[in-house]
Amino acid sequence: MAFTRKIGFVAAAVFAAVAIASPVLRAEEPPGFAEAPSPERQNWSFSGFFGTFDKPQLQRGFKVYKEVCSNCHELRIPFRTLGQPGGPGFSEDQVKALAATYTIHDGPNLAGDMFDRPGRASDYFPPPFPNPEAAAAALGAVPPEMSLIAKSIKFERGFPNFVFDALPIPGLGIYQEVGPDLIYAILHGYTKEDDPNWNLYFPGHKIAMAKPLADGQVDYTDGAPTTLSQYSKDVAAFLAWAAEPTLEVRKRVGLRVMLFLFLLAGLVYFAKKRVWSDVAH
Amino acid sequence: MHGLSTFEPKNGFVKWLEARLPILSFAHGSFVAFPTPKNLNYWWTFGGILSFMLIAQIVTGVVLTMHYTPESTLAFGSVEKIMRDVNWGWMLRYAHSNGASMFFFAVYIHMFRGIYYGSYKSPREVLWILGVIIFLLMMATGFMGYVLPWGQMSFWGATVITNLFSAIPLVGDDITVWLWGGFSVDNPTLNRFFALHYLLPFMIVAVVALHVWALHVCGQNNPDGVEVQDIHKDCVPFTPHATMKDSVGIAFFLILYCWFIFYIPNYLGDADNYIPANPMKTPAHIVPEWYFLPYYAILRSIPNKLAGVIAMFAAIAILAFLPWLDTSKVRSGKYRPIFRIFFWIFVASGIGLGYLGAMPPEGGYVLAARILGVVYFGFFVVVLPLLGLFEKTTPVPASIADAVLARTGSASSVAASAASAPQTKG
Amino acid sequence: MATATTVEPTRRDFLYIATGAVAAVGAAAAVWPLINSMSPDASTLALASTELDISAIPEGQIVTIKWRGKPVFVRHRTAKEIADSEAVNIATLPDPQADSARVQKPQWLIVVGVCTHLGCIPIGHAGEYDGWFCPCHGSVYDTSGRIRSGPAPRNLEVPAYSFLTDAKVKIG
Repeated sequence: MAFTRKIGFVAAAVFAAVAIASPVLRAEEPPGFAEAPSPERQNWSFSGFFGTFDKPQLQRGFKVYKEVCSNCHELRIPFRTLGQPGGPGFSEDQVKALAATYTIHDGPNLAGDMFDRPGRASDYFPPPFPNPEAAAAALGAVPPEMSLIAKSIKFERGFPNFVFDALPIPGLGIYQEVGPDLIYAILHGYTKEDDPNWNLYFPGHKIAMAKPLADGQVDYTDGAPTTLSQYSKDVAAFLAWAAEPTLEVRKRVGLRVMLFLFLLAGLVYFAKKRVWSDVAH
Repeated sequence: MHGLSTFEPKNGFVKWLEARLPILSFAHGSFVAFPTPKNLNYWWTFGGILSFMLIAQIVTGVVLTMHYTPESTLAFGSVEKIMRDVNWGWMLRYAHSNGASMFFFAVYIHMFRGIYYGSYKSPREVLWILGVIIFLLMMATGFMGYVLPWGQMSFWGATVITNLFSAIPLVGDDITVWLWGGFSVDNPTLNRFFALHYLLPFMIVAVVALHVWALHVCGQNNPDGVEVQDIHKDCVPFTPHATMKDSVGIAFFLILYCWFIFYIPNYLGDADNYIPANPMKTPAHIVPEWYFLPYYAILRSIPNKLAGVIAMFAAIAILAFLPWLDTSKVRSGKYRPIFRIFFWIFVASGIGLGYLGAMPPEGGYVLAARILGVVYFGFFVVVLPLLGLFEKTTPVPASIADAVLARTGSASSVAASAASAPQTKG
Repeated sequence: MATATTVEPTRRDFLYIATGAVAAVGAAAAVWPLINSMSPDASTLALASTELDISAIPEGQIVTIKWRGKPVFVRHRTAKEIADSEAVNIATLPDPQADSARVQKPQWLIVVGVCTHLGCIPIGHAGEYDGWFCPCHGSVYDTSGRIRSGPAPRNLEVPAYSFLTDAKVKIG
């Protein structure tokens, strides 16, 4: 036991020493990271041990995406996923009807011609621009594709937060929602009235996307408040689902696996004790 | 080593097979009757844990290969398809990517354990060097595997690491072009990395077989660092004793592993790797996977390109010389009070270098990495050679049985256990 | 080692059996995802149907389209081919099936173009009955896609399909 205690002690001492020294060690902040504050941790229905997506929230988030974000941002997922278990919970007919409202370029047909047809559930959301170059020409920059945005953006957690993030402490640890929190923060970060491309939370503060959302911009039919705060939360949740559509099944299976492993580990431990009970060691 | 029991086939088929291929008696001798020092602690279960992880990585990897496409325009999408569409694909992929981290976590503990208890000392030098080769193969495999998803960090990690070879004088640039199969990291690079990523694990299996063979020739070291004198007094049979103890280690390790797979699967990965590779745009901070960070810190702490690369490779290569750098006659750190202090400083320098490897290469971080780099190398080239000459060690027990007796205060023998056995039967 | 010599199971045995049983269940559960991952994935299952405009197919012609990675023959049958198919005494067939059971509209025969022997693609407008002839092992099909001679055991498979309009058919 002394052995393990020592490891813990030494590791803690090194981490503490390095981390305390780190503000001193860092000679100058890289440009842009300087004043960007860390986004606040939001409450998400999909965080923690038992997290599940809030279906009405995902449906609202999808509406925000469809009416606002999709004008510039591609979302490379197939329509069918909107009806999959663990998602926004659209019915099969709703998904088919939605898919049919999109035009898909397909072909060639038997005559050798390309043609347009209504979308099917197995089709992917068509991109708003035919290629990245066209997007850059129209908008000045290529808007990132959105299917993984909730997992591909991050902000530095620093010491000791990054240690706690990994631990099974509800509310403090199991922090896997850095991306959604940053999306939420960025949508709230347009704090300079005179500069629509200035964002408090965006690295470097200069963001190519001008303020995309404002109060009352999207109509909600389920009575949820039509505020920027609600929009950004809903769309961040929707993007979290789009990035990790298997989150619900992962946490559900995980719970069973953990319970099973504790049982197995206990049994193996006592069986081992029995085996060794007649040997001094 | 002679076993604790003999294999006597009674079954006719087994006798027939034994006369032609004595594989069953070999397996019995190696994994059942094999004498295991009875004073082994739980740090010794990491060998079993590593075997388990090697098999887990190969099994999940082979299945993932069935769904993965090693082509630069399709690779990223095929990994996302695994995550979204393939049945249980998300679990296999997270198990494989986190499995790599768990594998390295276990191997580092295994190595530190070997250093603490002097497991590399005569007659186990070859056993130790085979371990260093396995570690090198693991690093190559882990690095190439990280390239396969073809995200931003895959691409730029591959670019940075392959550029290390351009530091070689005269032929460096040619070698780099040869490694790439082009003038930059591109589809040919991805293809060959995939081929090698599939090949190397089986080479690891082969070297592990040699590692286990060497282990079975010399027998296991143990926490007291004294050789086995009487297998009946000092040892227990591998099965069931060591197998059960290893199972406990594996079961608890699985809890940690599954915690990562199911609850924090992206904790150890880099967010940038969820952005498809873009050869025209470098991420703000290029950081390797955590298990390479200490070496990465050493590389960056030296301002000269060639010297940095040499220092990084030397940090790994020096491990192979450990049996001859450590001059102490006493094997186990348990009886070496001064060594113990330096050992923990060494561990701390490794962890500290790991932390610095993740920080931006600027200001005080570089200085701190230099200091810790000196500590790291100093342990091998200054402390270990000199300690053996000057350190006053504490008395080493005459045998494993004596060591156990001194600790538990009770005689232990098979006879005693036989006497106590009836009581345990309810 | 002290091995139990008693015949009755002891508490000690129970612990070992329970541990072994739980470990076996865990191993089996861990194997399932590996096996199941090899079944068709969600994207493959979603592509289970395909649509075809048949208005451009002239009488007497066979068009081959791809469905689930396999060829599907869409044959616009002539009046003679329909009459020949319907006239057959089904009792004489290796795999007895009336022509009417194989078509929704008599002029359109839709069958999976995979020989029921060993999976080769038969050639259209060939063989004794001018239906299909499989070049691999000599199976002969008639204009209803039924096996008439050769090693194939069954008639060409009729996929699930429906006419969305007179000109449009959806297969799958």
